[in-house]
Amino acid sequence: MATTIKINGVDRTVDVDGDTPLLWVLRDVLGMTGTKFGCGMALCGACTVHVDGAATRSCITTIDSVGTSEITTIEAIGATPAGAKIQKAWLDREVVQCGYCQSGQIMSASALLASNPHPTDSDIDDAMSGNICRCGTYVRIREAIKEAAQSSGQRG
Amino acid sequence: MIPDHLTRRGFLQAGAAAGGGLMLSLSLPFANGEAEASGADGFAPNAFIRVADDGQIVLTMPYVEMGQGSYTAIPMLIAEELEVDLKQVRLEHAPPDEKLYGNPSLGGVQATGGSNAIRAAWKPLRQAGATARTMLVSAAAKRWNVDPASCRAQSGEVLHAPTGRSIKYGELAADAARTPVPESVALKRPEDFRLIGTPAKRLDAPAKVDGTAVYGIDVRPPGVKIATLAQSPVFGGRLRSVDDTAAKAVKGVRQIVRLDDAVAVVADHMGAAKKGLAALNIEWDDGPHAKLNSEEIVAELEKATLNSGPVAQHISNSDEAMASVVTKVETTYQVPFLAHATMEPMNCTVHVRTDGCEVWVGSQVVARAQAAAAKTAGLPLDKVVVHNHLIGGGFGRRLEIDGVIRAVQIAQHVDGPVKVVWTREEDIQHDMYRPYFFDRISAGLDEKGMPVAWNHRFAGSSVIARWLPPLFKNGLDPDTTNGAINLIYALPNMHVEYIRVEPPGIPTAFWRSVGPSHNVFVTESFIDELAAAARQDPVAYRRALLDKSPRAKAVLELAAEKAGWGQPLPKGIGRGVSVQFAFATYMAQVAEVEVSKDGTVRVRRVVCAVDCGTVVNPDTVQAQIQSAIIFGITAALYGEITLKDGRVEQTNFDTYQVLRMNEAPAIEVHIAQSSEPPGGMGEPGTSAIVPAVTNAIFAATGKRLRKLPIDTTALRQPA
Repeated sequence: MATTIKINGVDRTVDVDGDTPLLWVLRDVLGMTGTKFGCGMALCGACTVHVDGAATRSCITTIDSVGTSEITTIEAIGATPAGAKIQKAWLDREVVQCGYCQSGQIMSASALLASNPHPTDSDIDDAMSGNICRCGTYVRIREAIKEAAQSSGQRG
Repeated sequence: MIPDHLTRRGFLQAGAAAGGGLMLSLSLPFANGEAEASGADGFAPNAFIRVADDGQIVLTMPYVEMGQGSYTAIPMLIAEELEVDLKQVRLEHAPPDEKLYGNPSLGGVQATGGSNAIRAAWKPLRQAGATARTMLVSAAAKRWNVDPASCRAQSGEVLHAPTGRSIKYGELAADAARTPVPESVALKRPEDFRLIGTPAKRLDAPAKVDGTAVYGIDVRPPGVKIATLAQSPVFGGRLRSVDDTAAKAVKGVRQIVRLDDAVAVVADHMGAAKKGLAALNIEWDDGPHAKLNSEEIVAELEKATLNSGPVAQHISNSDEAMASVVTKVETTYQVPFLAHATMEPMNCTVHVRTDGCEVWVGSQVVARAQAAAAKTAGLPLDKVVVHNHLIGGGFGRRLEIDGVIRAVQIAQHVDGPVKVVWTREEDIQHDMYRPYFFDRISAGLDEKGMPVAWNHRFAGSSVIARWLPPLFKNGLDPDTTNGAINLIYALPNMHVEYIRVEPPGIPTAFWRSVGPSHNVFVTESFIDELAAAARQDPVAYRRALLDKSPRAKAVLELAAEKAGWGQPLPKGIGRGVSVQFAFATYMAQVAEVEVSKDGTVRVRRVVCAVDCGTVVNPDTVQAQIQSAIIFGITAALYGEITLKDGRVEQTNFDTYQVLRMNEAPAIEVHIAQSSEPPGGMGEPGTSAIVPAVTNAIFAATGKRLRKLPIDTTALRQPA
């Protein structure tokens, strides 16, 4: 049956089973490949998107559970204030290596910063420990989140 | 190493580029092994530099980017000598062509691995840049009818200061192509470097933070279908039967493909493919390894070490020396099978037609991928096109072509292109694994507690023997023994044997830091045991054995100093040290580790001192060390693949755990100044951290861990 969901501000209608994970709708049906597949069990965070601003693992979020919620993906996160700051900090701090997990890292970090402009180390641990990076960029991710938070403070 | 006697004539030619401009063709050596790249007989270029008419510099290199940053560092080498801005240089992946891009020291395989890209490129790329610069200056001097010595190159132009004239490289490129290649060129002195040694921004970063980077798994040729697969859960098993009635009823499922030892579900999207796969009723014939357990493999390895084997290194007479020692220390070590668990699961997209085949994949061995696809599809090599893509983590996994073969087998049954995506479970359970090793090691100490005899014998798989048979000679290969022989320590009597034992029912492959991933754990743990047996400080003990290895001694001292070695720590926290020479890089690490009463191990802080010769991009050096340390801690704490009834027991990131943000230590990297040629950076940090952690656990608890991964139950304190 056809389902309509709102992604990055645009209504998209897809014809898939209602229990299809959002991840595959994004990647394979709509061709939005910035959101990555890593584990399929919400263990690695590579597939993280925002559902009404909350970091959400799209690999276990079925399409029929989305309803009228607003979905934001890596392709549009730069248009949000927190997302733009995070992306800039990621580049300033040279976080990426292979880069495959970084869409999910950035989505988790953006959600954190949007809800908590000045996260502590422990806040960062809580928000980011669901996102695995096999290249081990954690040291720089932490630095980049702090840098982005500092730029929030200067502006605010 | 790159031979110093390599002459310009031997590795570089120049001429007009096909599309206009100046083309330099050069033969890059590879740093692996001792082989020299361009043999004396004939010039075989494998790298190309084009100075186009518009001034753009395009490099075509036989290396791939997989996160290690060499696509940023390599252009720095050219830009430095050519006197252009880094952003004027563009680097392109070489297409598959082993005649052009093959690595002569790896039997002609076009491969990226062994931490060798910068090591190999260091001298010839700078010489090529200097040659091109000299030719461009000559062309300008000729045009102006002035002495070339009165001209200089700067920012992509040739300047003639006395008359204030200048010409851009692009306008000179065609003339330069007709200029004779200079017999010799002067390379810049290190003090004149303006790019090398400065942190350069990664060229691949912007596309990796906004979701536009295209990895192999992201390709979408028109009409592509998505497939996922189940392979025989026991290696060597066969498919007996499949009932696909329920799977075919799943919306979006298009086709079920049966192979001898696998089933694939082809669908409109991965969601349908996975749902279809789950709905299959599959019966397997498990084959000869149906009852195989890890314990049997380990028992075989242990048994093999009871008898002598090929001698990897022999110094003086260790047995004789052992007979008269004051103290003898003797023990065994074991390291497990390990999966790569790259973040991008295995995948490969293939379109097989009657007259050709197209492959989209991220590969460390693109020419092997092409050959494998051609062979599997029964097509001539020139009918197979391989598009190489960004790699979402290699670590050795993408030096193998099993995934390409599997995808082609499936695609042969599919009309149109098909992207085959491994689930994480398939990825972990059908990896090719870092081999298990069993080590028997002993040493004899003199009256001062110093080692005068060292005997080491170990058994396990030789990846080289399969991957590159010519390098496996007399029962030995240069990788499996790397880190066990030619130790940095002065040992007057030494005897090392390696016994190749291929485990049944489980394939093995290279894994980040390769041979040293096993051997450095053993040797650096054991030297720590000797220090303890001699009742000496682990740093002081090592230091006393390093007189003949000043660079190793210097990094050891630097790491110890920066880590505050010797300063008191709270109870339950210990410091451990390791020092190694591997991949032409000297490295020492001090790990600070906390062991809780329940046995939980937390690595709090790691201090790393490195002498990797001349540093091209210091930011990349730091990033690679941070990365390698996290990778190594993951292995030390969690990494283990086991077999039960022939099946890999681990499935996903819950049972094959990876270090997470909340567990990541603070990491400090201190880079020693050096003007030696660059050493490798992708791998050394992984092998060095593991013994530093277990040595720290010994310091904290008095418990010596000789088997990986770390068994926290053994560290638990009685209630």
